Amino acid sequence: MSSADAGTQAETTEAEAEPIPTDERREALVESLRAELGDDLVGSHIRPGDDVWVRVSRDAWRAAGDAVKHKLGCTYFDFLSAIDWLPSPFGRDMDSQEDLVVHGAEPKEPAPMVAGYAGGDTRLQVFARVSSLEHRVGVTLKADLPDAEPSIDSWIPLYAGANWHERETWEMFGITFVGHPHLIHLYLPGDFEGYPLRKDFPLLARRVKPWPGIVDVEAMPGGGDDESDEGEGASE
Amino acid sequence: MTAISDRQHLSELAARAADNRLNVDFESEGMTLNIGPQHPATHGTLRIVAKLDGEQVVSAEPVAGYMHRGYEKLTEVRTYPQVTTLVNRIDWLGSFANEVPFILAAEKLMEIEAPPRAQHIRTILFELSRIANISLFLGDLGIQLGGLSVGFYAFRDREFVLNQIEAATGGRFHPNFDRIGGLKDDLPKGWIAETHTAMDKLRAFCDEVEDILIGNEIFQKRTRGVGIIPPEIAKSYGLSGPNLRGSGIDWDLRRDMCPPGLVYDKVDWKVWTHPDGDSFARSWIRLQETREATKIVDQLLDSIPSGPIMAKVPRIIKVPEGEAWVATENPLGEMGYYVVSKGDLVPFRVKIRSASFNNVSVVPWVCRGVYVPDVITILASLYFILGDIDR
Repeated sequence: MSSADAGTQAETTEAEAEPIPTDERREALVESLRAELGDDLVGSHIRPGDDVWVRVSRDAWRAAGDAVKHKLGCTYFDFLSAIDWLPSPFGRDMDSQEDLVVHGAEPKEPAPMVAGYAGGDTRLQVFARVSSLEHRVGVTLKADLPDAEPSIDSWIPLYAGANWHERETWEMFGITFVGHPHLIHLYLPGDFEGYPLRKDFPLLARRVKPWPGIVDVEAMPGGGDDESDEGEGASE
Repeated sequence: MTAISDRQHLSELAARAADNRLNVDFESEGMTLNIGPQHPATHGTLRIVAKLDGEQVVSAEPVAGYMHRGYEKLTEVRTYPQVTTLVNRIDWLGSFANEVPFILAAEKLMEIEAPPRAQHIRTILFELSRIANISLFLGDLGIQLGGLSVGFYAFRDREFVLNQIEAATGGRFHPNFDRIGGLKDDLPKGWIAETHTAMDKLRAFCDEVEDILIGNEIFQKRTRGVGIIPPEIAKSYGLSGPNLRGSGIDWDLRRDMCPPGLVYDKVDWKVWTHPDGDSFARSWIRLQETREATKIVDQLLDSIPSGPIMAKVPRIIKVPEGEAWVATENPLGEMGYYVVSKGDLVPFRVKIRSASFNNVSVVPWVCRGVYVPDVITILASLYFILGDIDR
């Protein structure tokens, strides 16, 4: 999926797939962005008749926002957030990383990191969505951030509403927004440590209790070993 | 705009006159007023730190996070069907509407579509939760402005809608009724006729509100020209729903970008806009929207197709790899989910774009220079649910 998305490759395949008028519109959208940004447009992905993703380089984040707002007319700001592409330690099975640690088994090899639509090279990726109300089209922009210094230009000069979204992304992912005038905690207490929405931030509730989705039946209260264990604990 | 500039002008004149009278350099450091976290105007626990100069607000900064429940993190350890239980609690007055965009996003990734009957009933319940949500807004608006009776009428008449939601889904506030590929159950017997009756009652309620609140002179004096948000500001802050339409922007996701799975294209209704952008405009739009919603429900009730209520869906739901963004026009505004799937039982990442988050982020901008009592009407007319800000 991700490897085929990059650049022109995706567009040719999409054009063959289904000739829907909105496709051409979204392809034209990507082309006009490419004309604006040049090589800073790193990748793109179009789902015919539905949606479009564009990945830009980190340095061109502000320029890309400027281009979509003023050239494409996407004046409506939907949201801005980030994705941590590190493979999730919380799996869907009993043998996920997190549960192996709980049960004292050997940790297994983590799955390789795979980025989503329009590709991605680094762990942290900022993404934002803006829409044009006149043309009834929305675009999702993405930008990779280096692990060592996750920072990117603020979008506040372009979209005032980015203010809170950037504050949230900053505290949840540890991504700094250069030029943000008021980068303080939005939800978390001021002395909170860590970045909760990163994949390596432990979710305590998940860590102390094994995955409940596999076996839904819990042990009956008063049944056998559990109670005797509890009894001992109480007597001590 | 004139009202505010007039007031500012007057207050400047008054300040100058007072300075001259005293003939001294008068400087005050101002005062910081905490509105909330426990304040009726905050619908939960939002705190507004207002810096005042006399009666005027110099700056107002909302402080959120008192009710943050970490849903975006929790979705990463819940299977797709389990997530609807969480998202029910985002906007708790219109819970069913929260489930729909998430289910639609999952359906989009799985490339399945609910049967027509399920789509119809889904849309009906969606509009019923809109009515339940906004009718409480109308009552609350009265309470904020001292008209308590409207509040009681709203609580009384909202019950008709909640009864119908309960009869169909089993839950008054948290239906958890939407499923990937359809709905949990079909409608109970006699539900359609009862819902028609409820809609008549709600239309009478709207007329009542229009008479005793919206048409009230005190209400108009308190809200007209207060808290004006121009269209450009509204768009750059990402305001949505009635707040956006109250600024004169003709934009409704139900009509303009309706995701597949809802049947708004099959009904005849009107999107109301108001050019003023003030607190009155936002309130008025919501009243009209309740009326339109009752019309949509009535039309859909008469045209429910027969057929199954669920599509063929595997028992264990694994969503194929991909990313999807689905937004719907919820009671509070644009609510969207950006779902990233890795082909697992659980989502890899879910970004919840809730309407109130953006709607409240405009508060610092709109509350500069207004009087303290106007902060309350502005907050009331922006209409947010705390669970929808904090998620």
